[in-house]
Amino acid sequence: MSWMLKAEGLSKGFTLHLQGGAEIPVLHDTGIEVRAGECVALSGPSGAGKSTLMRLLQGNYGTDAGRILLRRPDGTVADLAKASPREVIALRRDTVGHVSQFLRVIPRVSALEVVAEPLIARGIRREEARARAAALLSRLNLPERLHVLPPATFSGGEQQRVNLARGFVADFPLMLLDEPTASLDAANREVVIGLIREAKARGAALVGIFHDAEVRERVADRLLEVAPLREVA
Amino acid sequence: MSDNPILSARDVSLAFGTMRAVDGVSLDLWPGEVLAIVGESGSGKSTLLRLLAGEARPDAGAVLYRDPAGAIADVHAMGEPARRRLARTEWGFVHQDPRDGLRLAVSAGGNVGERLMASGARHYAEIRAEAARWLERVEIPAARIDDAPRLFSGGMRQRLQIARTLVTRPRLVFMDEPTGGLDVSVQARLLDMIRTLVADLGIAVILVTHDIAAARLLAHRLVVMRHGRVVEEGLTDRVLDDPRHPYTQLLVSSVLAA
Repeated sequence: MSWMLKAEGLSKGFTLHLQGGAEIPVLHDTGIEVRAGECVALSGPSGAGKSTLMRLLQGNYGTDAGRILLRRPDGTVADLAKASPREVIALRRDTVGHVSQFLRVIPRVSALEVVAEPLIARGIRREEARARAAALLSRLNLPERLHVLPPATFSGGEQQRVNLARGFVADFPLMLLDEPTASLDAANREVVIGLIREAKARGAALVGIFHDAEVRERVADRLLEVAPLREVA
Repeated sequence: MSDNPILSARDVSLAFGTMRAVDGVSLDLWPGEVLAIVGESGSGKSTLLRLLAGEARPDAGAVLYRDPAGAIADVHAMGEPARRRLARTEWGFVHQDPRDGLRLAVSAGGNVGERLMASGARHYAEIRAEAARWLERVEIPAARIDDAPRLFSGGMRQRLQIARTLVTRPRLVFMDEPTGGLDVSVQARLLDMIRTLVADLGIAVILVTHDIAAARLLAHRLVVMRHGRVVEEGLTDRVLDDPRHPYTQLLVSSVLAA
């Protein structure tokens, strides 16, 4: 199978204007290529730029140089690095899904609505979207009485499961997973491993940061080392 | 996704004496899109909104509106009657102070029904039924339909203003600090309501706010203004998480995380 994600020549740094214009280089000439059905785990010490790379791949950070080619569901290719805001929004709806470490809760919006939203954004009917959301939340062992509540008061593990359900409820060609099993118990970790394997089986490409070595071992096909940049003198 | 903007500003400027309130601003808004204009008091964001909505005239530049048939009109050249017709049909304006958008002595139902009538509705029972549906939609008990909004709390008044504005299903809504004067506990409810209604109805919105969290929740795109100029613009989460301009960095870093 061909690649679903091909990023090359990526550079990213930050200029901190409030700290006297300090320059913080993070990535230089970094690349990653992931094929359909493949899961690549990012490795490297804390601060090496793994999370920065993940944020570039979902368009949350802007690239300084390089390109990020994504294959859309219709087979056409988009360069996320050059995409307009509206194109990025469209790519996030149809092409690149992501599970962050923390759920951004919205007051008054129930867990079920949070999870159903990516499906509704694709034009799926509300009842069907909610049914699929409920099924996935139940699979992640979130009791049904919690489905109708806003996740603001949930525990860390419960919020993380809502986040996971939101990430996995719609089929994306490319999925980005930032510590998907952090704060989960063993049973739910197994569910997540199952979800990742199913995504691979349907031909999704995945990129993940997995601190849990056992999870990494069981889902990742290979490692990509993100090396820290040496300080530029 | 439509490829034509519904509203475009081209190099719009307005000075008050020697003060350049809005200085050479260009922007586009697409159908169904929420664009937030953020900046501090005095940045020119509210003046820009008034220029975009045709409520103030620019010294230079143009604001172009594309109607449902695809015809493009210059908002400041169309004449006052045409602009007023737009304002009560295809457009809406939500003011920071609901007293500017409501008639306080007229009943809640009357406030909503009045706008329906202004856009051509004539059947009394249908107007009242539609007004009742909209009160429910903004969580005002139907039993309050005959009460005047001067008896309402600030949050309720603001919800009523939103019902009055959206009842005619405008394509484009201007909002000036819609949660500005409200208690924090009331703001969340209102923000969620605006978010849901705007998404359900597919309305294009230009929202002026100094509340970064509200902008993150509601807006697809962000424009950061300072001293009358746009200093940074782009995808909302990128501008907030990867700000480039010194002023945007200051703005973002000044927000307290709760």
